[in-house]
Amino acid sequence: MTIEKSAVAGTLESSDAQITVEPAQDGIQLEISSSVMNQYGRQIKATVLDTLERLEVTSGRVTVVDKGALDCTLKARVECAVFRACGQSEKNIPWGGAVK
Amino acid sequence: MKNAVGRDIPEYLFAGGREVYQGKNYMDGRYMQKVAPRTRRYEKPQESKIVATLADALRQCGAKSGMTFSFHHHLRNGDYVVNMVMKAAIDELGLDNLTIAATSLGEAHDPVAEYIEQGKIVGIQTSGIRGRIGEVVSAGKLKTPAIIRSHGGRPRAIEMGEVHIDIAFIAAPTSDCVGNCRGIGGKSNCGSMGYAMMDAKCADHVVVVTDCLVDFPNMPASIEAIDVDAVVKVESIGNPKKIASAAARISQNPRDLMMAENVARIIASTPYFKEGFSFQTGVGGPSLAANLFLEKVMDERGIKMGWSIGGICGPMVELLKKGKVGKIIDVQDFDLDAVNSINQTPNHFEMSASQYANPANKGAMVNKLDFVVLAALEIDTGFNVNVLTGSDGVLRGAPGGHPDAAAGSKCCIIVTPLVRGRMATVCEHVVTVTTPGDCVDVLVTDYGIAVNPQRPDLIECLDAAGIPHVPIEALQKKAYSLVGTPDDLEWEDQVVAVLEARDGTILDVVRKIKPLKL
Repeated sequence: MTIEKSAVAGTLESSDAQITVEPAQDGIQLEISSSVMNQYGRQIKATVLDTLERLEVTSGRVTVVDKGALDCTLKARVECAVFRACGQSEKNIPWGGAVK
Repeated sequence: MKNAVGRDIPEYLFAGGREVYQGKNYMDGRYMQKVAPRTRRYEKPQESKIVATLADALRQCGAKSGMTFSFHHHLRNGDYVVNMVMKAAIDELGLDNLTIAATSLGEAHDPVAEYIEQGKIVGIQTSGIRGRIGEVVSAGKLKTPAIIRSHGGRPRAIEMGEVHIDIAFIAAPTSDCVGNCRGIGGKSNCGSMGYAMMDAKCADHVVVVTDCLVDFPNMPASIEAIDVDAVVKVESIGNPKKIASAAARISQNPRDLMMAENVARIIASTPYFKEGFSFQTGVGGPSLAANLFLEKVMDERGIKMGWSIGGICGPMVELLKKGKVGKIIDVQDFDLDAVNSINQTPNHFEMSASQYANPANKGAMVNKLDFVVLAALEIDTGFNVNVLTGSDGVLRGAPGGHPDAAAGSKCCIIVTPLVRGRMATVCEHVVTVTTPGDCVDVLVTDYGIAVNPQRPDLIECLDAAGIPHVPIEALQKKAYSLVGTPDDLEWEDQVVAVLEARDGTILDVVRKIKPLKL
């Protein structure tokens, strides 16, 4: 998928994460801040990059503001932000495909 | 050198004969030399000790750079006194190289962090450290490692001369013109003044700071005029709304209630649950809710509680008024019901921190406790509890009386949810050991109960009562399966805080955190 416009998913509530995606050239630029950075920073990074790869997003600026979200929450927020960024959040969500 | 809870303590901290933690009751039977303060004689009768300003009081007490000032935390997050004293000492008198020895420090004292960063305050000794002070100390900005002691360890350290208090500041809701103080009758009431009593007796100088002067004699006095050098009247000593909440509310959260009910069932399954038993509880959601369920099982069995100690709040006062508990002995009050009851309701008494929890005196109240119910930020598979550092390694908690009540009691129950957000409360290794596992008996979580294998007698009690329990490792694995296995924190070498066990040995150290950079 291609990030066509800026989009946001998620909130800044405890146990959630807010993901912002913006169009960019030359690969993924990832920025993470987290209330659980010291213990889970690496896992958050891996989860976000895995999810982007699964959605076949190869370029974009991705900003994660994590408030202690579980992995399942992070995945869902990243997916939603990406779908919104390419106008696919209303219909044709690939349930059972890229979204498992 | 590794201590009895497996923590590596750097040898340079052993200067002055300090030892590493060896296990509970290690110092039992030893003799100690108490130190005495050097105090000024006021032989000539004084009509009044009132001085105009804090700066005047500081000058009268010979305040100079390098001194140690003590404070108590009964005004909790509403306290104005620490900040106004340090401002007068540093900004008006130009002092530096100062040490604060407080019974606890919190968000109310954020301005102190600025003085730490400026290098004006070089030492912190406290039983609680939160807010900006915790952050700057964790960042290695305090010149000497902070020393964290329990509420019982602090009076022990004062008596043994490990902390020498040059000037003690008493935040007094009421005082008369010569310094007899009480925690009630004013506009910023706190009830018990128990944590300040030892400071007043052991400091070289004592300054009372009050916002309500009352007629002489202000009796019965918590702090006596015979120990007081000067009295300062200020506009306000604190924000009453933050000193005592209207009423400690019992949680309606079904998860808290379920845990609280299990706590009461466990208590009722032990042989200590009999007429006249003794009990202490914290004021966290599930700990406080345990009161409710305990009352129910007391009624069912037709037994009454003999006495209760600790920080006190409304629900316990309610039990006293109903005649279901014989006596309350009180070191601190958390809500207005408790504030308005101490020394008013028959059998609601005040006690000092030493009487409450000091392991080096001849028998503190905690030593007679049957049950204590406490919370935890983290507990590991060795039953070691952390109530000081967040899972990110930053100082933001308070041992308070936790290690004292755990060590003294016959049955110590920790009640805590299995996970908080993404933090596993039950973990492999706590960040900092504040209460050693040999003092902790039972863990109650929302995903199950675990009993310390060192207490086969309690395991039998739970089995006989049909209360299911699992090994603590099963709870830890469940937690990690929900939130993922956390990476180990990374630390610099610099020690930013030394955590003393209540007997004065070194239980753990907190190092400067190395933040993860991705």
